[in-house]
Amino acid sequence: MRAERRSGSLMAAPYAAFLAVFALYPILFALVLVFLKWDLVTTPVFAGFDNVRVLANDGRFWRAVENTFVFLSIHLPLQIASALALALALNRPLMFRSFWRAAFFLPVVISGAVVAILWSNLYATDVGLINGLLVRVGLNPVPWLTDPSTAMPAIAAMVTWKNVGFYVIIYLAGLQYIPRSCKEAIEIEGATTWQRFRYLTLPMLLPQTILVVTLSTINGFQLFIEPYVMTGGGPLRRTYSIVLYLYTNAFAYQKMGYAATIGVALALIIGTVVLIQRRVIGKAEAL
Amino acid sequence: MKTLRRIALYTGLTIAALTFIYPFLWMASATFKPLSEVGTIALFPSHATLDNYRTMWARAPFGRALLNSMFVAGTITISVLVFGSITAYSMARLRFRGRPVLNAATMGVLLVPGQLTLIPMYTLIVQFGWVDTYAALIVPYLFNATAILMMRQFFLQIPQSLIDSARMDGMGEMRILFTIFWPLSRPVLSIVAIFTFMGSWNEVLWPLLVVREQHLMTLPQLLTVFSLGGGAGSIGVSLASAMVLVVPVVIAYAILQRNFIESMASSGVKG
Repeated sequence: MRAERRSGSLMAAPYAAFLAVFALYPILFALVLVFLKWDLVTTPVFAGFDNVRVLANDGRFWRAVENTFVFLSIHLPLQIASALALALALNRPLMFRSFWRAAFFLPVVISGAVVAILWSNLYATDVGLINGLLVRVGLNPVPWLTDPSTAMPAIAAMVTWKNVGFYVIIYLAGLQYIPRSCKEAIEIEGATTWQRFRYLTLPMLLPQTILVVTLSTINGFQLFIEPYVMTGGGPLRRTYSIVLYLYTNAFAYQKMGYAATIGVALALIIGTVVLIQRRVIGKAEAL
Repeated sequence: MKTLRRIALYTGLTIAALTFIYPFLWMASATFKPLSEVGTIALFPSHATLDNYRTMWARAPFGRALLNSMFVAGTITISVLVFGSITAYSMARLRFRGRPVLNAATMGVLLVPGQLTLIPMYTLIVQFGWVDTYAALIVPYLFNATAILMMRQFFLQIPQSLIDSARMDGMGEMRILFTIFWPLSRPVLSIVAIFTFMGSWNEVLWPLLVVREQHLMTLPQLLTVFSLGGGAGSIGVSLASAMVLVVPVVIAYAILQRNFIESMASSGVKG
């Protein structure tokens, strides 16, 4: 018993020390930084609520928040619909099932930086593959990433494409849990394919849908490398993301206190949005 | 009617699969195309060339970045497996003071978004004098809360009788872990290994903060800096440098796709 205690504490000690330095301290220090002005060179200055006050009136920050909501309003429905459709297709008896699954999942394993560079070329106005296709079928080329109204939707579509394979796996797992007896019962009742989907599959997949919404929302708030590589936040700051703004404040302006304040605000926004979403989806379920 | 539906299903699946695969094929082929052909849809260049690769290799240290990436991701993966499993074993199978706190803290860490701690972590690295060192890239990732919880969960299911009889034979806890638990835990260890390696291999925001010296950059960072800074100069060169990052992953994925999907889907790690 004493030997067990001793080896237990010894074996857990390095991790406990690691947690203290690289998790606990940064969380606490983030809250301290909110009240500091610090450029990492001179000594930090206590600034009271200055950072919070500036942030509350910072048009650039709120523009980034607004951009994120624009992103999510396109990304979430697209992500759910595409993942659900592909998962339903894969859930039938199929030839080469693992090939299809692997194909859909391929972009998930590829670095976001690569995907962003690849898609800046696919979206390019003059030489891009997508406009090439449009022109071939007789349509006009679209300046995807340089038009303020299409840039964020274009990025949202790309992120949906990159992550859909991940959410397909989540939905597939959910589909396997729908009991055979339920499927048989609803078939005996004479339900159409649509009714089966609407009143059996969709409600049974609610936990998966909540997971998809939560994860892709969190993911959306962490948008960084895509605008960094593809648009630099433009045109007209319409693709500027919160993390890109945080990074710019830390890296380009050396404002550690302000950047940390953005980080804390971001964490609070993510927490609030995810909680509201869960409430809303839960209520919709009750109807 | 039934055949018609099947044809529709397979056509749909083929189009979907092409949507995911074709861009990468196009990318691979574009790297072999001369500048005049890059904009074309064709997969096979009419005048194949290696110029893009020569230019990319000459202009930025991609060979070095490849080694950096392998070193950083490899070290982190080994540490997360070895030290992580030691931690997980103690949290699953040994009773000691502070264990409940450690459990709770580990789960708590997962709830905190990385952006909250990003700046304090960065200032910590600056204060340690670790900017432009491998330590900055490696040390903050030596342990991984997700990995520890997964291994702990797995270790909880291994029968206590195995531990008891090993102890009777005079085995220490470390030996029990590595000679009895490890061989039984291969599924969870491979899951942890893949998502840890991939997470590190694809990470770009953290290196962008703590590394400025080109020779210390990992592949995603060098690729980003190289393509954005105008170093690449042309699409072909920029995509050729992306290939250095993609090809090893695609080869590994082709061989181990089942494990990749299981690993990344269960951990939530996305490139």
